[in-house]
Formats: sequence, structure tokens, C-alpha cells
Amino acid sequence: MPAVLALDAAPAVTLVAVVVIIAVLVAYLVAVILQLRRISAGLDVVAGSVGELVSKTEPVGQVVHTINGQLDAGVDLLEGLLVRKAGLEDAVGLVDGLYPGAAAAGFRQFKGSATARPPRIGETYTRGTLTLARLGREAPIATANPAGPAIRNASASSSASRRLYGDPRKGVHRSPAIGVGAPVQYAPDEDVGGPRKHLPSRES
Amino acid sequence: MTLWWIGNVVLIAVIAPVVVVLLRGVLGATRSIVPKVDRIAAVAADASRDLDAVPLLLTTQSQVARTIEVVGDYGGSLNTILDDA
Repeated sequence: MPAVLALDAAPAVTLVAVVVIIAVLVAYLVAVILQLRRISAGLDVVAGSVGELVSKTEPVGQVVHTINGQLDAGVDLLEGLLVRKAGLEDAVGLVDGLYPGAAAAGFRQFKGSATARPPRIGETYTRGTLTLARLGREAPIATANPAGPAIRNASASSSASRRLYGDPRKGVHRSPAIGVGAPVQYAPDEDVGGPRKHLPSRES
Repeated sequence: MTLWWIGNVVLIAVIAPVVVVLLRGVLGATRSIVPKVDRIAAVAADASRDLDAVPLLLTTQSQVARTIEVVGDYGGSLNTILDDA
């Protein structure tokens, strides 16, 4: 055996072990590199999609801000109109009647509206409240009211709205005031079409 | 020579297994990242597709503006025909 290849057993084992360890290292590191490349490619896809997300959502903030501003103006307008026409307490009561529990939030532009004691609109009818109730809860648009079905039936709105008002002739049969069915029949005026006998008195 | 053999035993019985365990851990962790990245990519693509309707917000904006104008007109009319409290 040549002197170059003459090697003791111990160094030979060491050499073999080191070579094996290096081979294992190379194999695993190559596998890791391949996986990292796949991850990098996947992240490229993610970055592209995220870029699209950013570009698509860029105008959302401004548009939503504008929409909110417009809606705020509308809410302020309607709240102001409601309070002006119905008064603060009745307005809060009306809103609470339509949306139970809404009175706790109050109106944004009116301090103290959250603490106002809302009247029970169903029992406390005032002219302004009724007018506004007719405009609001009776409207067909209120059929989806969370408080229940709207008072007004869109297909029979006149009878439904009449029930809102106290009948001044309660208990009295509602007969026609004129015509052949009227309770009081008047004899036909003989001088119909003739000259007036008495001129109406003038207010001085 | 005895020390050399002891070194060989340590190399084969201790160092080599530790290296293998560490490398397997790194490879396992790396492999577990890949499906997660794939899922994130799919979700991001879906989210981007969901946002295709965002330009419709401009239509909503103009509709809201017109609606508020109409409400303002009605409010002005009601302010005229209804008595104040």
C-alpha cells in the first residue's frame, strides 16, 4: 500500500464522519433553500394582492367621510325641523315612539335632549305631534319600522289615519250632512235663483 | 490515539445527531410556512376581488347628496306649511 493512502483507523473514521455530516448539512440546507424560494414566490403574490387592496381602498376614506358629512347635514336638518315644529320634548317622544329606546341617545344638536322626559306619544296627542306623526310613522316607508307595523296601511290609509284623531262627534252617528240621507231635510227654497231679499250685514 | 477515538465517538454519537435534529427543525419550520403563505395569498386575492365594488361608493355618494337635497327641499316645504311648536 502506498504511504499516501496509509491511514490509521481513527483519522479515517473522523474523516468519514465529517464527510457524512457535511453531506447531511448540504442536503438539509438545499431543502431549506428550496422552501424559502417557494415562500418568497408566495409572498410576491401576497404583496401584489395587498397592493391592490391598498389602491382600491385608498378613496374609501374620503368618500365615506363625504357621505357621512352629507348624512350629518340631513340629520341636523331633520332634527332641527322636528324640534322646531314639535318642541324638544314632543320631538324626543315622537322619535322614541317610532324607535323605542332612541330617546336615550337624544338629538345631537340639542343639549339636554338626552335627558328630556319623552311624553308617551300614543296617549299625549298635540297638534304638532299628530301632524308630525302623520308625516312620519304613518308613511308607507315606515312599514319596516322595528317598533312594529306602521300605523298607516298604504292601501287603506284614510281610515287608518282617521283613527289617529279623536272624533269630535264621538258617539254621534256620522250621517251625511246633506243629501237625501241627511237627518234634517230642508224644504226647497222657493226663491232659489231670485233676487236676494236681505243683503248680508256689513261689519263696520 | 485513545483521545482520537474518544473524539470520534463524540463526533458520531453527539455532534452528528444534534446537527441532524437542528436541521430537521429548521426544515420543518420552513415547510410549515409555505402552505400558510399560499392561504394568505388566496385570501388577499379574494379580498382584493371583494373590493371591486368600491367604485360604486362614488355612485352612493352622489345618490346621498341628491337625497339630502331632496330632504332639504321637503324640509323647507314643511317648515313653510307647518306651524312651529
